[in-house]
Amino acid sequence: MSEEKQSSKKDVSASERPVPVPNADSRPYWDAANHKSLAYQRCDACGQVQFPPRGHCVHCHRGPLRWETSAGRGEIHAFTVIHRAPTPAFRAAVPYAMALVDFSEGFRLLLNVQGVALADLRIGLPVQVTFEELSNGQWLPQAGPVS
Amino acid sequence: MSLHATVALGAVADAGLQMSDVDGVLCAYSFTEPHIMLASVFCEYMGIHPNVATAIQAGGATACVMLMQAAALVESGVCKHVLCVTGDNRLTGMSRDRAVAAIADVGHPQFERPYGFSIPGAYALVAQRYMHEYGATLDQLGEIAVTARRHAALHPHAQMRQPMTLDDVRASKVIASPLRMLDCCLISDGAAAIVVSAATTASALRTPGIVVRGTGQGHTHEHIFAAPSLTSFGCAQSSATAFARAGMTPRDIAVAQIYDSFTITLLVELESIGFFGKGEAGPAIAEGAIGLGGALPCNTHGGLLSYGHSGAAGGMFHIVEAVQQLRGTAGARQVPDAATAFVHGDGGVLSCHCSIVLGRD
Repeated sequence: MSEEKQSSKKDVSASERPVPVPNADSRPYWDAANHKSLAYQRCDACGQVQFPPRGHCVHCHRGPLRWETSAGRGEIHAFTVIHRAPTPAFRAAVPYAMALVDFSEGFRLLLNVQGVALADLRIGLPVQVTFEELSNGQWLPQAGPVS
Repeated sequence: MSLHATVALGAVADAGLQMSDVDGVLCAYSFTEPHIMLASVFCEYMGIHPNVATAIQAGGATACVMLMQAAALVESGVCKHVLCVTGDNRLTGMSRDRAVAAIADVGHPQFERPYGFSIPGAYALVAQRYMHEYGATLDQLGEIAVTARRHAALHPHAQMRQPMTLDDVRASKVIASPLRMLDCCLISDGAAAIVVSAATTASALRTPGIVVRGTGQGHTHEHIFAAPSLTSFGCAQSSATAFARAGMTPRDIAVAQIYDSFTITLLVELESIGFFGKGEAGPAIAEGAIGLGGALPCNTHGGLLSYGHSGAAGGMFHIVEAVQQLRGTAGARQVPDAATAFVHGDGGVLSCHCSIVLGRD
């Protein structure tokens, strides 16, 4: 009985594409994305950059941290084309590209690469940040071709 | 829970003990019976009241982590006999879609899942980068799968035993490029358990005793986007610690059971641990190095790729196979006179690593 309930709950949520839920650490990142801006943290004490956002510096554990705006230029560190969707929500998108992108300021994001032919994907391909609107109005950083 | 009970009773009997001799219980997580206190659920089901009971959740590293923890508990005198139990019926207890979706939940909820993150996709990123940096080829990965199948055919309980060729791997459907279906582990029902006992109790137990000679862990990240490297992982540290504690090197190992969630997992770990130099495992595997009769027989039961993968139990199957090899009871899969074995588990996306060096009394 409880197995059935669990199953239907999972099916309903699995058919909707997950949207990010900001928390206290990440709210500035998601707010910036809603302004089509890619934000990242830099430590005032040691000067190093970090992602994902936290409440403290992972390098020196001192801080404070400040938010900066990225130029949005990066390159592909690794990519894959996904042919089997993890959940029903992503079935329609298959095949889609998922990549680790290194941004020039020194942080790495996992993004989809959009607007680039799958056959043209390669390690080292220069990309720039784009933004995709999700069902709840949140804008999601993505990677696209350099204009 | 009945799967858990079956293997728990079996392990205790195999050790020549009674359930009442077990004073410590470590229990892994289960997707089909999720509970934040599964060790307590298990003890209630078994009707036992140990001095120590803890649930351990470290993804695929869980079995090795439990063994390392159990060894510490008995060495310190906190426990005399620790039961480590794992089990999941992922094949029949949930649909394939749910099993795939459940592991995709391991992705970061804000920075990975919105992008259609999948576990095969994450490992595919590693494969892609590794091939780019070290020249490993898809056919070398395919040989890992073929070797696992060949070994599984020799094990009466393996899930997949029908012959498989490199052409079969090449032809299998791409899941996340470059990984194909046959580069990926199985989804299985299964359970496995071990009993770890203090050396002081050894005279009362079956012989030859299998001895934990060294243990170690390594941790660099949880989520693949936060990994410091796609080619260097915590297995380097975990194995270095385990070998140092054992007073041994990779060359001393007769047989290895190394986590093979995907073909690339095994390749990366073989090189990171130092069984082969960087860029050298692939060609060696193509020459038969990890097959029975090779320089380092690996995953002699067929591994996660062909024997079975039931969550944390998948890693425990590796430990059980190592013990069978050291006891000389591995039948057609026996590595002649195997006196030292290496077992490795990793959880997450090459996130949490635990290495064990085992020997014989």
